Amino acid sequence: MLTLTDGDQAMLDGDRGPAPQLAMSILVRMADVYGATALMDISQAHIDSTIYLGDATLEFAERLAALGARVAVPTSLNVSGVDECGWKDWAVAPEWAAKAARQMLAYERMGAVPTWTCAPYQTHMRPVFGQQIAWGESNAIAFANSVIGARTERYPDLLDICCAITGRVPAVGLHLTEHRAGQMLLRLVGVRQALQQDDQFFAVLGHLVGKLAEDRIPVIDGVVVKPAEDHLKAFAAAAASSGRVALFHMVGVTPEAPTLDAAFHGRAPEQTLEITTALLRAARAELTTADGRELDMVILGSPHFSLAEFSQLAPLVTGRHAHPRVKFLVTSSRLMKEHAAETGVLAPIVAFGAQITLDTCILASPMLPPEIRTLMTNSAKYAYYAPSLLNTRVTFGSLADCVRSAIEGRVVRDESVWLTV
Amino acid sequence: MKAIIAGRAIVAGEAEGDALVTGDALSFWGGYDFHTGEIIDRHHPLAGVLAAGRILAVPCSKGSSTTTAVLLEAVRAGTAPAAIVTTGVDAFFALASIVADVMYGKSFPVIALDAADFASLQTGERLTIEASGVIRRTGF
Repeated sequence: MLTLTDGDQAMLDGDRGPAPQLAMSILVRMADVYGATALMDISQAHIDSTIYLGDATLEFAERLAALGARVAVPTSLNVSGVDECGWKDWAVAPEWAAKAARQMLAYERMGAVPTWTCAPYQTHMRPVFGQQIAWGESNAIAFANSVIGARTERYPDLLDICCAITGRVPAVGLHLTEHRAGQMLLRLVGVRQALQQDDQFFAVLGHLVGKLAEDRIPVIDGVVVKPAEDHLKAFAAAAASSGRVALFHMVGVTPEAPTLDAAFHGRAPEQTLEITTALLRAARAELTTADGRELDMVILGSPHFSLAEFSQLAPLVTGRHAHPRVKFLVTSSRLMKEHAAETGVLAPIVAFGAQITLDTCILASPMLPPEIRTLMTNSAKYAYYAPSLLNTRVTFGSLADCVRSAIEGRVVRDESVWLTV
Repeated sequence: MKAIIAGRAIVAGEAEGDALVTGDALSFWGGYDFHTGEIIDRHHPLAGVLAAGRILAVPCSKGSSTTTAVLLEAVRAGTAPAAIVTTGVDAFFALASIVADVMYGKSFPVIALDAADFASLQTGERLTIEASGVIRRTGF
């Protein structure tokens, strides 16, 4: 049975205006669904409802904005449905661009920070360990919970903004310490260090873990390398695409898993599975749905490309040119592009022939012309969703493979580390 | 096989339709075309199957947070499943139905079943969902 504070009740009664009332009415109905007995405060939100799909998402945003909705906590915004400045370079229909821009404006009017990125944890809005937040965007939820140790439930679109407007969430699930214990042990067995050091390893591992974990919190043991933040980002995005992972623990890597025992809060795992090199090879193979060497486009940046990733890409492309038949696209945020320009790593990437799309991505904006049929990417999330959403075929490879393929105009991959035992 | 299944109404409502049953979780974003009501996730066993107007039995959502928004669009477009039956409580499906009610005065029942009852459902059988959460096998 849900008990509301006086403040919650006042909001529900409309004392603070029609927008908090509407948001609180949805939140209260959802608190019942979650089985919450109380609501609790959050101090930050990230809104995934920004993604324009059609009239319903736009009507929802504009209804809240028209009611005078304001966010009650610092709030970042996820990708939108259009690159406001760059959409004309692509196959985006003007009507789509106009409506997606209206939806962006609606959320900006609510007082949210126009970060327009699916990697808000790599901006100044990054939360801290233990912070109670309400985040949408599956990859960001998994990253914030697991890599930072902030606390968010797996919030869906339409609810994230209700939490931001009220500053309240149902006091359930991953907000509470007792629900953050690992449930399933996934042990890397015989997976060589050389393979773990490979650029693709954590994306592939994430894809596999997402499938194995189902609705449980996975604990990964046996990682012998120190993954870069962008590798953990790739892992989180992959696991939250192939599965529903909102929190994972990686023993010796993530902050709530200094030891195996700590990851499980001293309890025994419900189930233990082994992850072998053979399973990883099969998972990697699943991410490739193209069967030939044809290549229309290299696509990087899901989640959005970071400054570190721009910095890795720059030396690979300096003094080279992409094949004239192959498009080379990087999706990122305004902020990250500015950083890349300031630090000098953007110039060689643009000189290579790369295009940069901001605020959105190829999955959220209908920007690819129909002649683009075969993609290559180092993103497991792009590889997972593009075949269904865009009717394209994808080859998954390392960043270096993607660059080499773009130069040669056909798919080339160095698979030596994946082929040797 | 039971003629009457005692489900738990997560979002109460009435519906009647043919069951479409899967044991695999589904992300509606990248998995459901709200223009047609077709399941489009190429990794999913129901890829290519029309779910509009049917009682979709799927254990839970997975993947994208945008699943709810796709379902809201589907309700508006008239291409949503008639009801969704799950195991456990899935907040994503419930939210889509609740917001559809708020925005358009249209919602769909979301019913949770225990694992054994869920496993007894078969694609193609005619089901009636009552406001109490009870599911009747029509013509049983």
